[in-house]
Amino acid sequence: MSRRVLIVLAVVLLAACALPLVVSNYRVFQFTMVLVYAIALLGLNLLTGYNGQISLGHGAFYAIGAYCAAILMDKFGVPYWATLPAAGAVCFVVGFLFGLPALRLEGLYLALATFALGVSMPQLLKYHLIEKWTGGVQGIVIVKPDPPFGLRLSPDQWLYYFTLAVMILMFVLAWNLLRGRVGRALIAIRDQHVAAEAMGVNSALYKTLAFGVSAMYTGIAGALGAIAIQFVAPDSFNIFLSITFLVGVVIGGLASISGAIYGALFIQFVPNFADEISKAAPWAIFGVFLLAFVYVMPFGVAGAIRMLLARLARKAQNDSGTAGMATNSAAGAKTPGSSNATG
Amino acid sequence: MDAFIHQFLAGLATGGIYASVALALVMIYQATHHVNFAQGELAMFCTYLAWSLINAGFGYWSAFLITVMLAFVLGVLIERVIVRPVENSPVLAVVVVFIALLVIFNSIAGWIYSYTIKTFPSPFPAEPFFGNKYMSSHEIGSIGVTLVVLLLLYAFFRYTPLGLAMRAAAQNPASAKLVGIRVGWMLALGWGLAAAIGAVAGMMVAPVVFLDPNMMGGILLYAFAAALVGGVDSPGGAVFGGFLVGVLENLLGAFVIGNELKLAVALVLIVGVLVVKPTGFFGKVHVSRV
Repeated sequence: MSRRVLIVLAVVLLAACALPLVVSNYRVFQFTMVLVYAIALLGLNLLTGYNGQISLGHGAFYAIGAYCAAILMDKFGVPYWATLPAAGAVCFVVGFLFGLPALRLEGLYLALATFALGVSMPQLLKYHLIEKWTGGVQGIVIVKPDPPFGLRLSPDQWLYYFTLAVMILMFVLAWNLLRGRVGRALIAIRDQHVAAEAMGVNSALYKTLAFGVSAMYTGIAGALGAIAIQFVAPDSFNIFLSITFLVGVVIGGLASISGAIYGALFIQFVPNFADEISKAAPWAIFGVFLLAFVYVMPFGVAGAIRMLLARLARKAQNDSGTAGMATNSAAGAKTPGSSNATG
Repeated sequence: MDAFIHQFLAGLATGGIYASVALALVMIYQATHHVNFAQGELAMFCTYLAWSLINAGFGYWSAFLITVMLAFVLGVLIERVIVRPVENSPVLAVVVVFIALLVIFNSIAGWIYSYTIKTFPSPFPAEPFFGNKYMSSHEIGSIGVTLVVLLLLYAFFRYTPLGLAMRAAAQNPASAKLVGIRVGWMLALGWGLAAAIGAVAGMMVAPVVFLDPNMMGGILLYAFAAALVGGVDSPGGAVFGGFLVGVLENLLGAFVIGNELKLAVALVLIVGVLVVKPTGFFGKVHVSRV
């Protein structure tokens, strides 16, 4: 990472830390949800953006994570922070198992199978044999954790910082995972799976692992989301939740880590503003944005920012003289194309 | 035994609906290799149009015909304007466009007509035909309508030059172009037909499940299962699959797993068929060269 990127990151982090001290508790809650969504979107992006496996059912993994946290807290008295690893582990296993049959499905068919998973999830959660744990249609109410160590924060503020810490950890992990051997393997499978296999990449293993890790991210996000909302119920995890994640990934930017944050901001705040027009308006706007992004900005906000920066950098180079121009403009021109891999 | 026969026949009636939607899906799949996730919402939207027409004072069957024609035009327009630009894009872009259409139709319907449930009239008498105790008139009528649609489609593709041209365009676009068939328009016509079939299915199912913007969600899932069971590129297979899934869903729901898990039947069928026998019962095996 260059020094400039580090400075930008530090500024963003400072702003994120200062945020809950200056806005109302309700806004803090909304920003907590942004962080939660960012983790979920990063998970979906690992699978769909980097590995090219389309999932229209990630709301199901989010639901499983949320229910894990809620059941552990409500029935077994587990502290909230300890539910996250449990939710992550359960979702990893479920995702891995779902990824095994998914190996045989490509593109469209995988989209179909995951769509079916997303649609049927609320019904599965309502199943009467597991009602004593899930609470059936009523769902489960959980209590918001108080800040520890006698910190003078409101519960909302504390939860925000807690979520922020988890998010940073998850993002660093993902960044480390993607910039090395594993990330290259995932991208190689997405772009040319035959060539990747010929190069010795174990396609089956990486694809199921990608499914597992992606589900784990989304599950941890689900657990955090349940703790923040203090409530889980089957009908809040319908197919539209899965579609919301897809919207976030496409708008934020496919195969981009920072895109998860732009996407999360979008899916949290745009419905808020649009709700004032009509109850149906958020989805109309989501749909129109989806279409517009597919046609005009296929790499999403993150891709657009990258291209803008590259153009600015090139312009600065051109203005500052001809020395070294050839090499730099070549590097600049390469950025949009190779941008899938980085960022 | 009576209960069994009753459930079996009711399954056939809903199976007819699944068969119609599955047929619409297969028509689009055959021509473009796209799975239209918006098929259900398109049908739902057309059913709302029919509801408006009936409320505006049209008779049932004239509203029915006008709706089918409107659906056809809508389907053609969607293909020409929205789907055409991404025709050769990666799968993900196509899927995203269809999902976008799904949420747009869903929200427009909610916006115009609100999310409250509406009743939709049935054209068939309330008394069962011939005083039989197994099936309501609407169930028999909707099976009849499904069969008529199937016969018309079969006749169209088998005996008319336009139908032949559409089959040619779907099977071998390059050669079809060489003999002067306008392949692009044939695809658009296919979309129009699929939308029209969907509209018929929507109007047949609306009296049973009631009219609301999310009424097609489960039905679309069963239709996917039906299309896959039958073989996703076989129209006859889709119809067979539709009836099979309808009967299976009803019998399993009534006697084995209960109504709560009916959607899981579709999930298991979809994943099961895709994993065990991706071509379904009647699909062709595709071999691709690497």
